[in-house]
Amino acid sequence: MRKVTAIFVLAVIGFYMISIIATIPFGVKRDNVGQHYLKNTVKETGAVNTVTAIVVSYRGFDTLGEVTVLFLAATGLGAILFDKKSKKRRLQHASLIVRVGAHLLYPLIVLLGAYVFVHGHLTPGGGFQGGAIIATGVLLMFMSYRTFETSHKVLVYIESLAGIVFVLAGFSGLIWGNSFLQNILPAGEAGTLLSAGIIPIIYIAVGFKVGAELTGLLDNLLKTIK
Amino acid sequence: MDWAMIAIYILAVIIIVAAIFSITQKDLLLAVIGTSAISVVLSIFYYLLQAPDVALTEAAIGVALSTIIFVIAIKKTERYEE
Repeated sequence: MRKVTAIFVLAVIGFYMISIIATIPFGVKRDNVGQHYLKNTVKETGAVNTVTAIVVSYRGFDTLGEVTVLFLAATGLGAILFDKKSKKRRLQHASLIVRVGAHLLYPLIVLLGAYVFVHGHLTPGGGFQGGAIIATGVLLMFMSYRTFETSHKVLVYIESLAGIVFVLAGFSGLIWGNSFLQNILPAGEAGTLLSAGIIPIIYIAVGFKVGAELTGLLDNLLKTIK
Repeated sequence: MDWAMIAIYILAVIIIVAAIFSITQKDLLLAVIGTSAISVVLSIFYYLLQAPDVALTEAAIGVALSTIIFVIAIKKTERYEE
Protein backbone atom coordinates (compact mmCIF):
# COMPACT_ATOMS: atom_id res chain seq x y z
CA MET A 1 0.00 0.00 0.00
CA ARG A 2 2.78 2.43 0.89
CA LYS A 3 4.60 1.68 -2.33
CA VAL A 4 1.45 2.33 -4.35
CA THR A 5 0.95 5.65 -2.56
CA ALA A 6 4.59 6.61 -3.17
CA ILE A 7 4.36 5.78 -6.86
CA PHE A 8 1.11 7.73 -7.14
CA VAL A 9 2.57 10.82 -5.42
CA LEU A 10 5.69 10.60 -7.59
CA ALA A 11 3.55 10.33 -10.73
CA VAL A 12 1.50 13.40 -9.76
CA ILE A 13 4.62 15.48 -8.94
CA GLY A 14 6.36 14.29 -12.11
CA PHE A 15 3.33 15.09 -14.29
CA TYR A 16 3.08 18.66 -13.01
CA MET A 17 6.84 19.25 -13.21
CA ILE A 18 6.96 18.02 -16.81
CA SER A 19 3.92 20.08 -17.77
CA ILE A 20 5.55 23.19 -16.23
CA ILE A 21 8.90 22.54 -17.91
CA ALA A 22 7.14 21.99 -21.24
CA THR A 23 5.76 25.54 -21.15
CA ILE A 24 9.23 27.12 -20.85
CA PRO A 25 10.53 28.00 -24.31
CA PHE A 26 13.85 26.33 -25.04
CA GLY A 27 16.76 27.97 -26.82
CA VAL A 28 15.29 31.49 -26.82
CA LYS A 29 17.70 34.30 -26.05
CA ARG A 30 16.67 35.80 -22.69
CA ASP A 31 19.51 37.96 -21.41
CA ASN A 32 17.63 41.25 -21.14
CA VAL A 33 16.58 40.86 -17.49
CA GLY A 34 19.89 42.23 -16.17
CA GLN A 35 19.61 45.30 -18.36
CA HIS A 36 16.04 45.79 -17.13
CA TYR A 37 17.23 45.78 -13.50
CA LEU A 38 20.06 48.23 -14.20
CA LYS A 39 17.80 50.67 -16.04
CA ASN A 40 14.60 50.56 -14.00
CA THR A 41 15.56 49.72 -10.40
CA VAL A 42 15.60 53.29 -9.09
CA LYS A 43 12.36 54.12 -10.86
CA GLU A 44 10.51 50.98 -9.71
CA THR A 45 11.72 50.47 -6.14
CA GLY A 46 13.46 53.71 -5.08
CA ALA A 47 16.55 51.81 -3.91
CA VAL A 48 19.90 53.10 -5.18
CA ASN A 49 21.69 49.80 -4.53
CA THR A 50 20.55 47.47 -7.32
CA VAL A 51 21.76 44.33 -5.52
CA THR A 52 19.57 45.11 -2.51
CA ALA A 53 16.60 45.84 -4.74
CA ILE A 54 16.98 42.44 -6.42
CA VAL A 55 17.54 40.54 -3.16
CA VAL A 56 14.71 42.12 -1.14
CA SER A 57 12.21 43.41 -3.69
CA TYR A 58 12.35 41.49 -6.97
CA ARG A 59 13.45 38.21 -5.33
CA GLY A 60 12.13 38.86 -1.81
CA PHE A 61 10.48 35.47 -1.55
CA ASP A 62 13.84 33.72 -2.09
CA THR A 63 15.32 35.81 0.72
CA LEU A 64 12.52 34.64 3.03
CA GLY A 65 13.50 31.07 2.12
CA GLU A 66 17.18 31.78 2.82
CA VAL A 67 16.34 33.26 6.23
CA THR A 68 14.26 30.16 6.98
CA VAL A 69 17.15 27.88 5.98
CA LEU A 70 19.53 29.75 8.31
CA PHE A 71 16.94 29.56 11.11
CA LEU A 72 16.57 25.79 10.60
CA ALA A 73 20.36 25.31 10.59
CA ALA A 74 20.71 27.23 13.88
CA THR A 75 17.78 25.31 15.40
CA GLY A 76 19.25 21.96 14.31
CA LEU A 77 22.63 22.81 15.80
CA GLY A 78 20.96 23.91 19.03
CA ALA A 79 19.00 20.64 19.14
CA ILE A 80 22.14 18.53 18.65
CA LEU A 81 24.17 20.44 21.26
CA PHE A 82 21.29 20.81 23.74
CA ASP A 83 22.27 20.14 27.34
CA LYS A 84 20.02 20.51 30.38
CA LYS A 85 22.79 21.84 32.62
CA SER A 86 23.49 25.46 31.82
CA LYS A 87 27.15 25.34 30.92
CA LYS A 88 29.85 27.98 31.09
CA ARG A 89 32.51 28.61 28.56
CA ARG A 90 35.78 27.14 29.84
CA LEU A 91 38.11 29.38 27.87
CA GLN A 92 40.73 31.32 29.77
CA HIS A 93 40.79 35.09 29.92
CA ALA A 94 42.83 36.51 27.07
CA SER A 95 45.85 38.71 27.71
CA LEU A 96 45.48 42.34 28.79
CA ILE A 97 46.27 43.75 25.35
CA VAL A 98 43.63 41.60 23.66
CA ARG A 99 41.03 42.45 26.34
CA VAL A 100 41.57 46.22 26.11
CA GLY A 101 41.58 46.07 22.31
CA ALA A 102 38.40 44.01 22.24
CA HIS A 103 36.70 46.39 24.65
CA LEU A 104 37.55 49.35 22.40
CA LEU A 105 36.62 47.59 19.15
CA TYR A 106 33.38 45.87 20.21
CA PRO A 107 31.06 48.94 20.11
CA LEU A 108 32.64 50.13 16.87
CA ILE A 109 32.12 46.74 15.18
CA VAL A 110 28.48 46.56 16.32
CA LEU A 111 27.96 50.14 15.10
CA LEU A 112 29.47 49.23 11.71
CA GLY A 113 27.15 46.22 11.45
CA ALA A 114 24.11 48.34 12.30
CA TYR A 115 25.22 50.96 9.75
CA VAL A 116 25.61 48.31 7.06
CA PHE A 117 22.10 46.89 7.47
CA VAL A 118 20.32 50.21 8.06
CA HIS A 119 21.88 51.65 4.88
CA GLY A 120 21.31 48.44 2.91
CA HIS A 121 19.35 50.21 0.17
CA LEU A 122 21.93 53.01 -0.22
CA THR A 123 25.41 51.51 0.19
CA PRO A 124 26.88 48.03 -0.45
CA GLY A 125 25.89 45.41 2.07
CA GLY A 126 22.65 44.58 3.78
CA GLY A 127 21.00 42.40 6.38
CA PHE A 128 23.16 39.31 6.01
CA GLN A 129 26.44 41.22 5.95
CA GLY A 130 25.46 43.49 8.84
CA GLY A 131 24.29 40.57 10.96
CA ALA A 132 27.50 38.65 10.27
CA ILE A 133 29.59 41.71 11.24
CA ILE A 134 27.68 42.03 14.55
CA ALA A 135 28.23 38.33 15.25
CA THR A 136 31.96 38.85 14.60
CA GLY A 137 32.04 41.60 17.22
CA VAL A 138 30.29 39.41 19.79
CA LEU A 139 32.71 36.60 18.94
CA LEU A 140 35.63 38.92 19.73
CA MET A 141 34.11 39.56 23.17
CA PHE A 142 33.42 35.84 23.71
CA MET A 143 37.05 35.04 23.06
CA SER A 144 38.47 37.86 25.19
CA TYR A 145 36.29 37.65 28.30
CA ARG A 146 35.24 34.35 29.86
CA THR A 147 32.51 36.10 31.82
CA PHE A 148 30.90 37.87 28.84
CA GLU A 149 27.44 36.35 28.49
CA THR A 150 24.57 36.82 26.07
CA SER A 151 21.06 36.11 27.29
CA HIS A 152 19.72 33.17 25.33
CA LYS A 153 16.13 34.26 25.92
CA VAL A 154 16.70 37.77 24.52
CA LEU A 155 18.37 36.28 21.42
CA VAL A 156 15.40 33.96 20.83
CA TYR A 157 12.94 36.85 21.21
CA ILE A 158 14.90 39.09 18.81
CA GLU A 159 15.08 36.27 16.28
CA SER A 160 11.35 35.46 16.46
CA LEU A 161 10.30 39.12 16.37
CA ALA A 162 12.49 39.83 13.33
CA GLY A 163 11.09 36.80 11.51
CA ILE A 164 7.53 37.91 12.31
CA VAL A 165 8.29 41.44 11.01
CA PHE A 166 9.54 40.00 7.70
CA VAL A 167 6.44 37.83 7.23
CA LEU A 168 4.10 40.68 8.27
CA ALA A 169 5.79 42.99 5.75
CA GLY A 170 5.07 40.31 3.16
CA PHE A 171 1.44 39.98 4.20
CA SER A 172 0.95 43.77 4.20
CA GLY A 173 1.66 43.62 0.47
CA LEU A 174 -0.97 40.90 0.19
CA ILE A 175 -3.57 42.93 2.14
CA TRP A 176 -3.11 46.43 0.67
CA GLY A 177 -1.54 45.44 -2.63
CA ASN A 178 -1.75 42.59 -5.09
CA SER A 179 0.98 40.12 -4.16
CA PHE A 180 3.10 38.82 -1.29
CA LEU A 181 5.99 41.20 -0.42
CA GLN A 182 4.69 43.91 -2.72
CA ASN A 183 6.21 47.32 -1.96
CA ILE A 184 3.17 49.21 -0.62
CA LEU A 185 4.95 52.13 1.04
CA PRO A 186 5.87 55.19 -1.08
CA ALA A 187 9.25 54.93 -2.78
CA GLY A 188 10.34 58.37 -1.60
CA GLU A 189 13.27 60.35 -2.91
CA ALA A 190 15.99 58.02 -4.13
CA GLY A 191 19.25 58.28 -2.18
CA THR A 192 17.80 59.35 1.16
CA LEU A 193 17.59 57.15 4.25
CA LEU A 194 13.78 57.05 4.35
CA SER A 195 13.19 55.77 0.84
CA ALA A 196 12.54 52.54 -1.04
CA GLY A 197 9.36 51.60 0.85
CA ILE A 198 9.54 48.35 2.81
CA ILE A 199 13.10 47.44 1.73
CA PRO A 200 14.81 49.08 4.78
CA ILE A 201 12.24 47.56 7.16
CA ILE A 202 12.85 44.05 5.80
CA TYR A 203 16.63 44.48 5.76
CA ILE A 204 16.70 45.77 9.37
CA ALA A 205 14.63 42.72 10.38
CA VAL A 206 16.99 40.40 8.47
CA GLY A 207 20.02 42.08 10.08
CA PHE A 208 18.67 41.55 13.61
CA LYS A 209 17.67 37.98 12.78
CA VAL A 210 20.99 36.95 11.25
CA GLY A 211 22.97 38.67 14.02
CA ALA A 212 20.97 36.96 16.78
CA GLU A 213 21.12 33.57 15.03
CA LEU A 214 24.86 33.61 14.41
CA THR A 215 25.54 34.87 17.95
CA GLY A 216 23.46 32.07 19.45
CA LEU A 217 25.15 29.53 17.19
CA LEU A 218 28.64 30.65 18.25
CA ASP A 219 27.58 30.68 21.91
CA ASN A 220 26.29 27.10 21.63
CA LEU A 221 29.46 25.93 19.87
CA LEU A 222 31.91 27.65 22.23
CA LYS A 223 30.15 26.18 25.28
CA THR A 224 30.86 22.63 24.08
CA ILE A 225 34.64 23.02 24.32
CA LYS A 226 35.96 21.14 27.30
CA MET B 1 52.54 48.22 -16.41
CA ASP B 2 51.14 50.40 -13.67
CA TRP B 3 51.27 49.80 -9.94
CA ALA B 4 47.68 48.57 -9.65
CA MET B 5 48.35 45.65 -11.99
CA ILE B 6 51.53 44.75 -10.10
CA ALA B 7 49.55 44.76 -6.83
CA ILE B 8 46.91 42.48 -8.38
CA TYR B 9 49.62 40.02 -9.55
CA ILE B 10 51.16 40.01 -6.06
CA LEU B 11 47.73 39.28 -4.53
CA ALA B 12 47.17 36.47 -7.04
CA VAL B 13 50.51 34.89 -6.09
CA ILE B 14 49.61 35.22 -2.38
CA ILE B 15 46.25 33.50 -2.87
CA ILE B 16 47.83 30.58 -4.78
CA VAL B 17 50.61 30.14 -2.21
CA ALA B 18 48.07 30.22 0.65
CA ALA B 19 45.89 27.63 -1.11
CA ILE B 20 48.82 25.25 -1.69
CA PHE B 21 49.99 25.78 1.90
CA SER B 22 46.59 24.95 3.39
CA ILE B 23 46.25 21.81 1.25
CA THR B 24 49.68 20.39 2.02
CA GLN B 25 49.95 21.41 5.69
CA LYS B 26 49.70 18.54 8.20
CA ASP B 27 48.99 20.87 11.14
CA LEU B 28 45.29 21.54 10.63
CA LEU B 29 45.28 24.76 12.69
CA LEU B 30 47.81 26.31 10.29
CA ALA B 31 45.78 25.00 7.35
CA VAL B 32 42.68 26.80 8.67
CA ILE B 33 44.69 30.03 8.99
CA GLY B 34 45.74 29.48 5.36
CA THR B 35 42.10 29.31 4.24
CA SER B 36 41.43 32.46 6.26
CA ALA B 37 44.25 34.22 4.38
CA ILE B 38 42.66 33.07 1.11
CA SER B 39 39.39 34.72 2.22
CA VAL B 40 41.13 38.01 3.03
CA VAL B 41 42.74 38.22 -0.43
CA LEU B 42 39.55 36.99 -2.08
CA SER B 43 37.50 39.77 -0.49
CA ILE B 44 40.01 42.33 -1.84
CA PHE B 45 39.56 40.75 -5.28
CA TYR B 46 35.76 40.96 -5.02
CA TYR B 47 36.10 44.63 -4.15
CA LEU B 48 38.39 45.26 -7.12
CA LEU B 49 35.94 43.43 -9.40
CA GLN B 50 33.20 45.89 -8.27
CA ALA B 51 31.23 43.46 -6.11
CA PRO B 52 31.42 45.18 -2.69
CA ASP B 53 28.35 43.30 -1.39
CA VAL B 54 30.07 39.94 -1.91
CA ALA B 55 33.33 41.38 -0.52
CA LEU B 56 31.58 42.30 2.75
CA THR B 57 30.07 38.82 3.05
CA GLU B 58 33.40 37.14 2.32
CA ALA B 59 35.20 39.34 4.86
CA ALA B 60 32.71 38.65 7.66
CA ILE B 61 31.82 34.99 7.05
CA GLY B 62 34.97 33.65 5.36
CA VAL B 63 37.56 35.31 7.56
CA ALA B 64 35.94 35.22 10.99
CA LEU B 65 32.94 32.91 11.38
CA SER B 66 33.90 29.86 9.28
CA THR B 67 37.45 30.02 10.67
CA ILE B 68 36.21 29.90 14.27
CA ILE B 69 33.89 26.98 13.46
CA PHE B 70 36.84 25.06 11.95
CA VAL B 71 38.97 25.91 15.00
CA ILE B 72 36.25 24.59 17.35
CA ALA B 73 36.03 21.39 15.28
CA ILE B 74 39.83 20.94 15.50
CA LYS B 75 39.74 21.58 19.24
CA LYS B 76 37.13 18.86 19.66
CA THR B 77 38.93 16.31 17.44
CA GLU B 78 42.61 16.17 16.54
CA ARG B 79 45.08 18.83 15.58
CA TYR B 80 47.43 16.83 13.36
CA GLU B 81 46.59 14.99 10.19
CA GLU B 82 47.90 11.42 10.02
